[in-house]
This record gives sequence, structure tokens and C-alpha cells, in this order.
Amino acid sequence: MVKTATQAHDVVARVVDPEIPVLTIEDLGVLRGVDQVGDTIVVTITPTYSGCPAMGQIEDDITRALRRAGYSDIRIDVVYQPAWTTEWMSDEARSKLEDFGIAPPTAPSDVRCPKCREGEARLIAQFGSTACKALMVCSVCGDPFDYFKEH
Amino acid sequence: MSDAVVSGAPQGMSLPKVDTPEAALLGHADDNLVLAHRLGEWISNAPELELDIALGNIGLDHLGVARALYQHLGSAEGKTEDEYAMGRTDREFRNLLLVEQPNGDFAETIIRQFFVDSYQLQLWPDLVTSDDEVVAGIAAKAVKEAQYHFRFSRGWILRMAGGTEESRQRAQHALDHLWRFTGEIFEGDAAIHKDGWDGLVDDMLGETGLTKPEDPYQKTGGRVGYHTEHLGYLLTEMQWMQRTYPGLEW
Repeated sequence: MVKTATQAHDVVARVVDPEIPVLTIEDLGVLRGVDQVGDTIVVTITPTYSGCPAMGQIEDDITRALRRAGYSDIRIDVVYQPAWTTEWMSDEARSKLEDFGIAPPTAPSDVRCPKCREGEARLIAQFGSTACKALMVCSVCGDPFDYFKEH
Repeated sequence: MSDAVVSGAPQGMSLPKVDTPEAALLGHADDNLVLAHRLGEWISNAPELELDIALGNIGLDHLGVARALYQHLGSAEGKTEDEYAMGRTDREFRNLLLVEQPNGDFAETIIRQFFVDSYQLQLWPDLVTSDDEVVAGIAAKAVKEAQYHFRFSRGWILRMAGGTEESRQRAQHALDHLWRFTGEIFEGDAAIHKDGWDGLVDDMLGETGLTKPEDPYQKTGGRVGYHTEHLGYLLTEMQWMQRTYPGLEW
């Protein structure tokens, strides 16, 4: 079977973020490209935050997914330029996040509660369960929730 | 300072001369690694769970920047990031004395962080225009993170200064204690960052009413490998595994 970069791209694009499993690395904008260089599949990714501890796991998951699909010659390049931004997140990704209970990235004053979808929110902690999230609380239903920081 | 000091470093890795772009990058990488380690020491010990997570997250950002810079330096030199982090002695580290100072109390950690954030808010925007594309990319990412860190450290100084008599005293003490390590930040080419840094510090002092330290004594040496005693202890803990089992991988 002839494997192409396009097919490899489809395989890699289905890899999910280990900490936010409703989003794929493509949804997040972490996946920057899948190319074929000679016999090698070159996957280019970019970190959300410099210290994102999920990057190592994502690299492992990409390699595993490609191996399972029959690719053996794989290289993963991590690039920093252009710097990742939440603007790369698609509308579909944003609504998936909200359904999952995480307020999608927007200006902190515009955040609405992902549970009751009404309340204005107040910041509790600038740093949340992962580098990309902060902790907020809803002023209507009183539930605390994760907010994906605008970045 | 002259680059002759480098010859005092023990055997091991050859280091870039002091006044080269590579030496400056190594200094930035070491600043971020050492500060990341200090912040990591707070994990499970911070005053509140939220602060534990915050300090850990800020440390992770610094660690990520350090790793990216070591990888970049290493790609030209044929070295791994671990060789930089785990294979050098204190005399071979080029970090500022400020970042290796012990955590002290929460106020000292926050003042130290504020001094570093205020500096990195000058440094990274400058490096975004670097001719070196990789460095420009790392800086573009780091500048957004520094803005976030700054909001945190500045916010806590405001709260400490406007809190109880005890918290205000501690903030002032931390300011007085760490001031002697701030002059070093602006040595050599880094002098261009001083005005911007002064502006952020003066703005904080104006808002809190904390007193600007008068002490003219400034301690330097980190950029040429002369460190305070604290770095040796930090490296001993950080490098223990690689010293005991060289080349060990997870």
C-alpha cells in the first residue's frame, strides 16, 4: 500500500490532547504540518506554552498512531515560530470545549459559565489545572469551572 | 567584565566567551532553568493550593524556555540539553545571582519573581527581532508568558503591601534584601533594558508606597560564573541523578 503525506496527516490529525481529550491537536492548532521528505514522514508541531508538559506525551502519541497506521520512518519537529495563539482554535473546537465544561478562550470579561451558559464569571485563580487554563466561578449557578486562557 | 574569567572554570564543557550572542543566550537559558528549579521547590509548600499551582506553572514556563534555548545552543555545538543542565558545575553556569537566591518566605519569592518578570518584559520583546529565527520564535512565545507572570507577581506585591502590617513588612524586607542583586541584570549590553525595568519598578513602588532601597552596594559575578554559595546546593540536588547514573534516561 502506498502511504502518502495526506493519509499520514489524517492519522496525525486524529491524535487528541492528553489533557483535553475532546480536542484533537489539529483543533488546538498544535499540529502545524505533516510532510513527506524522502521516505520520512515529518510532523511539525508547536507548543501551546513553553512549559506545556503534554508535549512529550503528544509526541509519543503521534509516533504511536503513525506506527499503528504502518509508518516506520517518522520525525517530529517542534517549532516556535510563529508562536501559538488561541486565535488558531476553530469555532467547532470552541464549542466542543464549552460542551466539555471548559469556557473557550475569549477576553476574561466576556467569559460565560459553560454549565448554565448564563452567568458572568469571576476569576478565582490565574493558574488552573494546566498551563493553558485559569479557574473561574459562575456568579449565577456558583459552579467553579476551567477557563481556557486567551493567549 | 573580561572574558578571561572563563579560564577559571573547571574541566568539562568549553563555554562560549562572555561577549558573544551564544554566551548571552546561555545566560538567559541558565536564568530560566535555575529560577524554574527554585519555583519547583514551592510545590507542596506554598501558602495555598492555588499558589502552589501558580508557582509550579510559572516554573514550567521558565523550564520550557530554558529547554528550548539549550536545544538551540546544543544544535550548533552537538550537545544535548541535559549536558547543559546536568553536566556543568556552578562555575560554568551563567545565570544572574538573583535567580539562585533561596526562596525565603513567600514575599521574597514574589519580589524575586517581579524583578525577573520586569526584566524579561524588556528582554523578550527585544529578542523577538533577533536575526536568529529560532531565538525570535522562543522570545515571541516567552513574552506572552512573561506578561502573565508579571500580572501575578505584581498583583501579589499589591496585596502584600495593602494587607496586614506583617505582610507589608515582609514585602519591604524582601525588596531591601534582594535589591543588591538587581544591578547585575543590566551589565554590559543589557544596560538597554534598565529604563524599562526602572519604569515598572517605580510604578509598583508608587502604587504600593513601598520604599525604594537606598543601599548602593550591588553584588555581581553570575554572568562570568562567580556565584553565591546557594547555586552549588541547588545544582547538587538538581544534578544528583545524572551525577550518580550518567546518561540515565527515563
